[in-house]
Amino acid sequence: MSIKANDFVLEVEGLTVSFDGFKAVNDLSFYVNEGEIRVIIGPNGAGKTTVLDLICGRTQATTGSIKFRGKELTRMKEHEIVHTGVGRKFQNPSIYDDLTVFENLEISYPRGRSVFGALAFKRDKEVIREVEATAETIFLKDDLDKQAGLLSHGQKQWLEIGMLLIQKPDLLMLDEPVAGMSVAERKKTADLLNRITEGRSVLVVEHDMQFVEDIAHRVTVMHQGKVLSEGSMTRVKNDPKVIEVYLGH
Amino acid sequence: MQERAKALFMPRQDLIGFAVLALILIVILPLILDVFRLNLVGKYLTYSFVALGLVLCWGYGGILSLGQGLFFGLGGYCMAMFLKLEASDPVSTKIQSTPGIPDFMDWNQITAIPWWWQPFNSLTLSLIAVVLVPTLFAFIISVAMFKRRVGGVYFAIITQALAAILTILIIGQQGYTGGVNGITDLRTLLGWDIRSDNAKLVLYFVNCILLFGCLLIAQFIRKNKLGRILVAMRDREERVRFSGYDVANFKIFVFCLAAAISSVGGAMFTLQVGFMSPSFVGIVPSIEMVIFCAVGGRLSILGAVYGSLLVNWAKTSFSESFPELWLFAMGALFIGVVMAFPNGLASLFLRYIEPYLPAWYHGKAKPVQPAEVVEKAPLTSTDTQPETATSKSTEKQSDETVPVNSLEGGVYVD
Repeated sequence: MSIKANDFVLEVEGLTVSFDGFKAVNDLSFYVNEGEIRVIIGPNGAGKTTVLDLICGRTQATTGSIKFRGKELTRMKEHEIVHTGVGRKFQNPSIYDDLTVFENLEISYPRGRSVFGALAFKRDKEVIREVEATAETIFLKDDLDKQAGLLSHGQKQWLEIGMLLIQKPDLLMLDEPVAGMSVAERKKTADLLNRITEGRSVLVVEHDMQFVEDIAHRVTVMHQGKVLSEGSMTRVKNDPKVIEVYLGH
Repeated sequence: MQERAKALFMPRQDLIGFAVLALILIVILPLILDVFRLNLVGKYLTYSFVALGLVLCWGYGGILSLGQGLFFGLGGYCMAMFLKLEASDPVSTKIQSTPGIPDFMDWNQITAIPWWWQPFNSLTLSLIAVVLVPTLFAFIISVAMFKRRVGGVYFAIITQALAAILTILIIGQQGYTGGVNGITDLRTLLGWDIRSDNAKLVLYFVNCILLFGCLLIAQFIRKNKLGRILVAMRDREERVRFSGYDVANFKIFVFCLAAAISSVGGAMFTLQVGFMSPSFVGIVPSIEMVIFCAVGGRLSILGAVYGSLLVNWAKTSFSESFPELWLFAMGALFIGVVMAFPNGLASLFLRYIEPYLPAWYHGKAKPVQPAEVVEKAPLTSTDTQPETATSKSTEKQSDETVPVNSLEGGVYVD
């Protein structure tokens, strides 16, 4: 293909991480396009979550490169990676239980991120407008003053997605966003993801095949730290290698 | 939306809390206590600076420090060094082999004031040092620890070790620090005799004003975005980090702030008690200060003050009758508080007292209650309605003052 390198939002090349000799991710390469929803699937232990950890800086790569809009991420600190426009949602809903929904979103709003910036932070109209708009997107408009710990599991997942959205990241990484959700909630989440992809790319790790079919533009199948197959969901589903190691049982 | 836009620095409930505390400390206690007892309360209040720092650092930030005595002590020593130099003028030390230097230096065959004592000839420099030295120390510790992501129990143990190290250092360097006796026999502050009753009274009020200054700073932090980030960090450090915050910087800030507040307490301790010794620096006092904070409620800045007053009053009265048992009682108290009400006295207040306070206490937050009264009133007679409302509020008002007094009663019965 003759696409220029900087047409990709994310370029992962030759990425390897080894934990005491065990290569959780082994010479992995993949590319994510602008505005694409990419889903990574694969059996347990394939290294899917580790890939997200590597991109967001939670884990240091042994070798290889991760370029986000041409910027090398592998040597940046976590918060610097966030500042370049990468947002990460964790597997278990990771929200601030003791704060209200409003405060959860407000903290995630990208202003006043230094100590003195936080001290000088004012809850002005713009912040309130952004928080309320985000809350509406994630179906929590009526729960703004509720303590986040009291939300249902599905609502907590949405809140965390909202906390990422308000940061306006260019790349959104979601680790099993529909785990533990009801069927209705999964449907709503799929709609939500399809709505928010405008102007951003999304990288999702997911097990739920129906959900993957609903949202994925392209799918990367991982197995033992390597890419097993890549392409559209239909193509991947019919790949004999994929059927053998993952979908076949 | 408008409600939310208001930056509520001091909501009604907090304002009433501050006012009640101010009333107790600045009006009631000075009226009913003699100078000796009031000076004792003043001493207890110096610990509440440390407890207040711990509320921010431990309660809000989740950083347990078992070495706050370090900062209290350093602040106290900086003040004591100034006072000692003033007390060691050549006239009053003329019987020494080297007149004009502190007595303990003379006993240890030191013949000149060491260079690092020189700045403490100036009151201004000493006052700056009181806050700056402990804060700088806290900064070095916290940068070294938090940038490397050392936290939790490991951090607590390291702070405890540091408190022990400083104690050993002070005791070991007797010629420069006064050793195990500390810096004693402090007399005047710029010629003003701090041992007189009048001075003790003035110092008590200065202490109160400084305490309220620190309480206001703490309140500002609590109600600011920074306070919410601290809470968020305590619960989900990773989430805060991956929301684009350099978590270590926030920890460093709150740890340094706690140290600075503690150091003010230390300096006021020296002024009010008249000496400073290593017994206020080490492990035991540092842990005691965590207990003051835990008893008062580690999430309540006012609770820190009540906690220190109450535990210290108990310590004074208990250790008079059973000196050996006090440490056991203190340990039992700590375990009891943590097991039974982890958020201390403040949580008891919130659960058992606050819901029964009248509407004026809650302000606009509960406008429903008066409306209910109005709805019910016409059933009987319209005339009785205001009457019941007022009698209800006065009744509840006394309800509100009783527990606070009984809390405080503990302090001045002593």
